[in-house]
Amino acid sequence: MTETGEPALATAAAGSPVPVADPARHQPEKTTKRPKRPKRDRPPGERSWLAGVFLFPAVVLLAGVVLYPLIYSIVRSLFTDKPGGGSGSFGLHNYKTIFTDHSTLVAVKNNIIWLVAAPTLVTILGLVFAVLSEHVRWATVFKTVLFVPMAISGLAVGVTFALIYADQPSRGLANTVTVGIHDLFSSQTGYPNLHIATAEAANYTGNPSTGFTSKKTFSPGSPALVPLVGLDIVHPPSGLTQAKQPANGPGLSGAVWNDFALGGGGKPGRIDPKELALKGVKVQAVRNGSVVATATVDQNGDFDFPSLTSGSYQLQLPGSDFQKPFGGFSWLGPNLITPAIIASYLWIFSGFAMVLLAAGMAAIPRDALEAARIDGATEWQVFRKVTVPLLAPVLTVVFVTMIINVIKVFDVVYIISQTAGQSGKDANVLAVDLYTDYGTQQYGLASAIGVVLVLVLLPAMALNIRRFRRGEQ
Amino acid sequence: MTTTTSGSDLVTGAINRGLAARIAARAGGGVLRIFLIVVALLWLLPTFGLLVESLRNSGTYTSGGWWDVFSHPAQLTWSNYSQLFANHAITSSFWNTVKITVPATFFVILIGAAAGYAFAWIEFPGRDWYFLIVVGLLVIPLQIALIPVVKLYNWLGISGSLLSVIIFHVAFGLPFAIFLLRNYFAGIPRDLMEAARLDGAREGRIFFKVVLPLGLPAVASLAIFQFLWVWNDLLVALVFASPTNQPLTVELAEQTRQFGSSIDILAPGAFFSLVIPLIVFLAFQRFFVQGVTAGSVK
Repeated sequence: MTETGEPALATAAAGSPVPVADPARHQPEKTTKRPKRPKRDRPPGERSWLAGVFLFPAVVLLAGVVLYPLIYSIVRSLFTDKPGGGSGSFGLHNYKTIFTDHSTLVAVKNNIIWLVAAPTLVTILGLVFAVLSEHVRWATVFKTVLFVPMAISGLAVGVTFALIYADQPSRGLANTVTVGIHDLFSSQTGYPNLHIATAEAANYTGNPSTGFTSKKTFSPGSPALVPLVGLDIVHPPSGLTQAKQPANGPGLSGAVWNDFALGGGGKPGRIDPKELALKGVKVQAVRNGSVVATATVDQNGDFDFPSLTSGSYQLQLPGSDFQKPFGGFSWLGPNLITPAIIASYLWIFSGFAMVLLAAGMAAIPRDALEAARIDGATEWQVFRKVTVPLLAPVLTVVFVTMIINVIKVFDVVYIISQTAGQSGKDANVLAVDLYTDYGTQQYGLASAIGVVLVLVLLPAMALNIRRFRRGEQ
Repeated sequence: MTTTTSGSDLVTGAINRGLAARIAARAGGGVLRIFLIVVALLWLLPTFGLLVESLRNSGTYTSGGWWDVFSHPAQLTWSNYSQLFANHAITSSFWNTVKITVPATFFVILIGAAAGYAFAWIEFPGRDWYFLIVVGLLVIPLQIALIPVVKLYNWLGISGSLLSVIIFHVAFGLPFAIFLLRNYFAGIPRDLMEAARLDGAREGRIFFKVVLPLGLPAVASLAIFQFLWVWNDLLVALVFASPTNQPLTVELAEQTRQFGSSIDILAPGAFFSLVIPLIVFLAFQRFFVQGVTAGSVK
């Protein structure tokens, strides 16, 4: 499990793990006295002593490493920090810091986002997958595939998803897909740093954000040359080839190219060898102030308005030609980093929820489902009115288990935020902040955060104990 | 629901069996199948991407994503892995992971089983109350113990050692271990215990010869849980292990700050770190699922 080495399944295991054979069945004559206890067949004193032997190592470890630290932390959280890790004055100062300091406040806010989003989404995804996978024959394979991330460490998950979300130096899967989908619907290819070549600049008005419009007009018969400069010719965008002299067609035509070649040498305003065609640039023909036709520059740098066989037109390169192409989202930037990490968390835990819920569904009596179907219920009604209510206890277990896990979330956040650099701070959660405060020797603040984590988990603890006691009866 | 294999029940109720309904059901079943295939592929994709990235020439990461290997198969190489295994820091941290995980798993089973046995089969005053404390401890986050235990280890003179990491893992694994095993042991038929006692077996003998063998399925699921927790742990080792004793997760985590330039170590390292838990998980999945579903489903 990717969490912090603790039972992730705290509540999942509440209750008895096996169909506990009722001891009363084996000892009917004893049931009136103490139905659930082993028979006292040896003196109680000796048995208590024996229990002590069997329990001793566990008691020592639990007392020394779990219980004592719990008390220590509660006490330490009430003293302020001094440089070097010493403790200062007594009071609730550290608790006030948690809710006023910027870094911890970000953590509190993110923990709330985690708590609202992650357990709900994990439970819903688990339920959907559990229900749907019942209808295919390869359900076992499907469940294994989704369950496997449970075995992977938070470190490996962090590296895996950092690769997916990466923007630099190469683009990760998430943005490659996003840009791909975006470009399907909008074929705009922009050349951010381009502008009209100096020699011709006086003949055009405008700027890269509004676009450029020619002052003079062009007519069919003589190709219009529109030289631009500013392309990164050392690392040109892929797919650009050398510009060629525009063919002289019946309509208005011309060329748009980068009027500068690597190594220089060409003449301004002329298409020289090695100068690249600016494929994809949009050219508009303007007459009396309105756009009458639009053409796109091709592989050779040509544009062509076959329908404009007479008259004279101004040429216009719209601002969209000079806009930066859509580069995807900044997944690990300040705004998206927490949702992005939560997504990696869903990848880990949805399979877990699905397996628990599928096991719960297997325990639902077949008759209940069949009866509903025979009564004419649709599959959706069966799901809503029979499956979900009967699954309610398991849904609760999954949900509470996820809450317990989410509050302590550390590994994935720690790793992914490290790869994110500066904006990593925006992913801060309490467990990570506690570790950072430990590193800076703010033991009081760290202890207070620990106590807050315990306090938030108290309802889950109470629920666990109640479930257990009910299970015992 | 699963008794019919066509999946037709998904879309229609059992009553509508007309031709149109059946066609709709087929189509629905097809859509469902495609949806689940897409989901499964989506779940495989991240790990697959990590694997492919780990097999690419150094330097290729800057030029493009891992899918470039489909157009440039020449990018594939074993050299990242041979460099990884030649890297002393990596191999020694891998052995540290083993040296931490194996004892931490063994002792949590031994100590947890002894305590679980006492809670299940030995009468002592206040037993039920003590067990409720164990149930309560299940939820305690280990973060609360980091600082006090660092001080405790300083006082004991074992800070930074492998032992200090192991002790912490055993202690925080115990509540779940005791809980799981006690509940399983309690289900062992009383007759068997009685018979062993009548034969004059002492508690130690009953524990090792009767309870542990019969409780093997629960022990197995505990073992795989604890193994995965400890093997995959980052935080505990980050706090307690000294640089020479740090496990693979910590060694690799230190490189994540320079993600782009460390990818030639990080990708194969991360994949290597997940291979062993993956094998263990797939081999013992049955026990893992038993542990997961234990008790939540009655």
